[in-house]
Amino acid sequence: MTQTISLKRGLPIKTLLGIALVGVVLAVLPFVIGIAGQSWVRTLNFALLYVMLALGLNIVVGFAGLLDLGYIAFYAVGAYTWALLASPHFGLHLPFWAILPISIAIAGLFGVLLGAPTLKLRGDYLAIVTLGFGEIIRIFLTNLNAPINITNGPQGINRIDPFKIGDFTFARAETFFGIRFTGPEKYYYLLLAIVLLILLVCARLQNSRIGRAWEAIREDEIAAKAMGINTRNVKLLAFAMGASFGGAAGAMFAAMQGFVSPESFSLTESISILCMVVLGGMGHIPGVILGAILLAAMPEFLRAVVEPAQHMIFGAVILDPEGIRMLMFGLAMVLVMLFRPAGLWPSAVRKRELARGKGASA
Amino acid sequence: MSVLLQAQGLSKRFGGLQALSDVGFSIETGDIYGLIGPNGAGKTTLFNVLTSLYIPESGTCTFAGETLTGRKPHEVAGLGLARTFQNIRLFGNLSAIENVMIGRHIRTQAGVIGAVLRDKRTRREEAEIEARAHALLDYVGIGSRANDVAKSLPYGDQRRLEIARALATEPKLLALDEPAAGMNASETVVLRQLIQKIRDDGITVLLIEHDMKLVMGLCNRVLVLEYGKVLAEGRPADVQRNPKVIEAYLGAGAAQVAETVPGATA
Repeated sequence: MTQTISLKRGLPIKTLLGIALVGVVLAVLPFVIGIAGQSWVRTLNFALLYVMLALGLNIVVGFAGLLDLGYIAFYAVGAYTWALLASPHFGLHLPFWAILPISIAIAGLFGVLLGAPTLKLRGDYLAIVTLGFGEIIRIFLTNLNAPINITNGPQGINRIDPFKIGDFTFARAETFFGIRFTGPEKYYYLLLAIVLLILLVCARLQNSRIGRAWEAIREDEIAAKAMGINTRNVKLLAFAMGASFGGAAGAMFAAMQGFVSPESFSLTESISILCMVVLGGMGHIPGVILGAILLAAMPEFLRAVVEPAQHMIFGAVILDPEGIRMLMFGLAMVLVMLFRPAGLWPSAVRKRELARGKGASA
Repeated sequence: MSVLLQAQGLSKRFGGLQALSDVGFSIETGDIYGLIGPNGAGKTTLFNVLTSLYIPESGTCTFAGETLTGRKPHEVAGLGLARTFQNIRLFGNLSAIENVMIGRHIRTQAGVIGAVLRDKRTRREEAEIEARAHALLDYVGIGSRANDVAKSLPYGDQRRLEIARALATEPKLLALDEPAAGMNASETVVLRQLIQKIRDDGITVLLIEHDMKLVMGLCNRVLVLEYGKVLAEGRPADVQRNPKVIEAYLGAGAAQVAETVPGATA
């Protein structure tokens, strides 16, 4: 929120052209990337899932300033909700229009469950509690196979129904208008639509009464209270909104993969989503999207490049690509934090926060 | 004149320190009510108790016919008691206008659905919030700084921005915690005019201040606190002559001198 809100309609030609260009690129992207192999379309889909997650976490961390290290729990809740309601595990096969809202609602409810006891915590203390919460959810998922088998334990849940609208399933390849669409390509468009919807919600929330209340809490909670903001409700709302986006992403993950197990929801995942938000630029939607895409795509890209490169140079694989991947990842993080501490594409507010000593701070 | 705020027997203890003991007073609508006392007398503690940031051990407080004690801070703001802070607490990284717009939160309704759909009502409300915020910045005299970052404003402007933000909540009672602290003489004159204007526009003012000239010239009633107890209460001229007050401020010897030389402390 650099400038005040303008409610004027009508955009300049340049902006419209830009939007049209981005639209065309997004529309043909899976086919261009698909030339290099379908696995790249799958990577692209995962990048979109991470964009959803990062945008959701950005509401909690970026907008409201509440450090959440257990965000992946909501992703897990969404994924398992879809898995349990649309798989042979319980023999339930509910349609998407029922499961998706249920997943979102249950994840949102878990958001409130996490938020309620942590209302008075901030910073480090909140981070530790949320970290514990994330682990609790994962451990529950691992162990809830006895005495009643709910989650099927560490084996996870198999043969989950794909996203289906009537008889139209997203899992199979099909031909429309003479163009062959593969399963991942179909999912791409579905995920893109959801991402755009989440994006719209985030952008509009940020420039609203609620968004300002979140900013107020992030800046100074006591002043926010004294100015009449019900900090309890506004914080819980941030947790619930963030969690519900995570839930939506989780549900899509389960539908797309057809398989969920607790190991997909480890602490490392929470941390990498937080990295996406921080690296891109906390509280700045375009920055967060950039961070998510970069961090989601970079490991795959490195995996594809590092091994052939070593073959070419040394004639053999000397360094394990997995190992060097983490090395590059860490190096990238250190460099960004050193040279662009506010993130790759920070918001104006965040830049100001880090420009210490310049303003007469109270 | 009707009583706007009535406090009775307020006590607040921090560990071994009795910050407030049995404090009672009443503010009438239209007052500029001064709250003075030496450092550490409990003035700010009293502010925090009134605005529910602290919960008093005992005592009651009624405001405009409603009980204040036991309410949440945001409810107190909702009832019409807004405040500023001694150590300025602006939303430092946001612009001046955003700070004031946040003050409108309690008087507006738009929720998540309104924000996402951006329907006609929400758009109208947003436009109103923005217009009102601009008007308030003009009112306190920093209209030209609307888009400046709050923490980059000069000190005096930050104080005025805090007043504008508090006024945005449409208070019946505006509580100012040392608004003139750190201001130079000419800034204080402007501030004094502003406080008078606020009162003339129908808002009762409660004022903590160390600048005695400002307090004595502006307030129509004054409460003196010392060690958390009410030392004196009344019209500024009477309080000024009260030997106990002189003693608290200047020491016992001064009180004796003052008794023999009336008006020596003005």
